[in-house]
Amino acid sequence: MKTNDLITALSADAPEQQMPPRRAFLIAIVLAAAIAAAIWIGRLGLHHDFLQSWLTPRFAFKVFVTAVLAVTAVFAARDMARPEVEHSRLRLLLWSAPLLLVCAVIAELIALPQSLWMVRLVGHNARFCMTMIPLMSLGPLVLMLWAFRRGAPANPARAGALAGLVAAGIASVFYAMHCPDDSPLFVATWYTLAIGFITGVGALLGSRLLRW
Amino acid sequence: MPPANKPDSASPEMAWAELMRAGLAGDAAAYRQLLEAIAPRLRKFAVHGLSRIGNADAEDVVQEILLAIHLKRQTWMQDQPFLPWLNAIARHKLIDVMRRKGRRGEVPIEGLIEVLPDTPPEPESSHSELTKLVSRLDGKQQTVISSISLDGNSIKDTATKLGMSEGAVRVAFHRGLKKLASLYREASAT
Repeated sequence: MKTNDLITALSADAPEQQMPPRRAFLIAIVLAAAIAAAIWIGRLGLHHDFLQSWLTPRFAFKVFVTAVLAVTAVFAARDMARPEVEHSRLRLLLWSAPLLLVCAVIAELIALPQSLWMVRLVGHNARFCMTMIPLMSLGPLVLMLWAFRRGAPANPARAGALAGLVAAGIASVFYAMHCPDDSPLFVATWYTLAIGFITGVGALLGSRLLRW
Repeated sequence: MPPANKPDSASPEMAWAELMRAGLAGDAAAYRQLLEAIAPRLRKFAVHGLSRIGNADAEDVVQEILLAIHLKRQTWMQDQPFLPWLNAIARHKLIDVMRRKGRRGEVPIEGLIEVLPDTPPEPESSHSELTKLVSRLDGKQQTVISSISLDGNSIKDTATKLGMSEGAVRVAFHRGLKKLASLYREASAT
C-alpha cells in the first residue's frame, strides 16, 4: 500500500469521532468511586458508630490521608495518557500523603506508650485490610486501564502504576471508613503494603496493556 | 503537494495546529492536507533514524507513524502546542520499530522539524508491510479497508458496492484501522 493510499483512507475515517481520553479518564474516576462506594455500603456496612467516629482524630485523619492520596493520584495521573508527557508536572503532589502519614506516625509514637506500638500496628484486621483494599481496587483498576488504553501514554508502565495508585487510593478511602483500626501505625503499615501491591500490579499490566 | 512554507520560514506549528483542529472537528479535507504535509517530514525522520540500522524500510515506519497519529489524534490537547505531540508519537513509533529490529532504541535527538525537509519522494513500490497486515484482517474489515484505501472509494460508494449501511462500513473501517495498529505491535513478538 502506498502512503498516499493510506492518507486517503485515514482522511475518510476523520469524521469518526472518538471519545477524548480526558473524558474517558473522568468517566473512569466517577465509576471507580461509585464501585468502591457500593462495596463499602453493600458489603462492608457502615462503621458501627460511623458518624461519631469522625470526632476521633485518628479516624478522621485516616480518611483524610487516604483522600489526599486519591486526589493527588488523580491529578498526577490525569495527563499520563498524552504521548508527550513523560512525567506529570504534578507528580510532586504525590509526596503529600506519605509526608502527612510520616508526621502522623511520629505524633502517634509520641502519644502512645511504647508497649502499645506493636499492638496498634498489628491491629485487629490486618489480613482483612490486605484482602479488601486490593479487592476493592480491582474494578477501579480495570476502569483506569480502559481509560488509558484510549490514550497514548509515553511510558506505559508508569501510566499503569499511576492507574493502580488512583484505583488503590479510591478503594482505600472507602475501606478506611469501614476499617476499625485507626492508628497511623496500622495505616502506614498495611494500607501502604496493599496500595503498593496494586500500584505494582498496575505497572505490570500497564507495560503490557497500555502499549500502542 | 509539498508544503508551501519554505524550509527556513516560521515553524509549521500554527498552520498544522489549525489543520488538526479542523480535522478533529471532522473536516476530512483539512485532515488530509495535514497528513500530506506531515508525511514528507516523517519520511525524512524515518530515513535519518533508520540509517544506523540499515535494511528497514523507512516507508513502513512512515505508514505506521501515520496510523498512530490517526488513531491517537484525540490525545492532542487543543490548547497545547502541536509539534511536541507530533514528535512524541513519531519518536515512540520509531523506537518501537528499532526494538522490533533488535536494536536499542537510540533515536535521533532532532525532532521532525529540526530535520531539514529536503524531502525524499515517496518510493514507487507499493508492496509494504501494511499491505501484508491488511491481508491478515478478517473478511469484512479487509474488504472495506482495501476498497477505501487501495481502490480509493468513498465510504458511501463502498457501502453501496458491498450492500452495507454507511454506518456499518464506518465501524468496520475504524475497527480495521485499530486492528492494523495492533498487528504492527504483534509483529514485535515474532
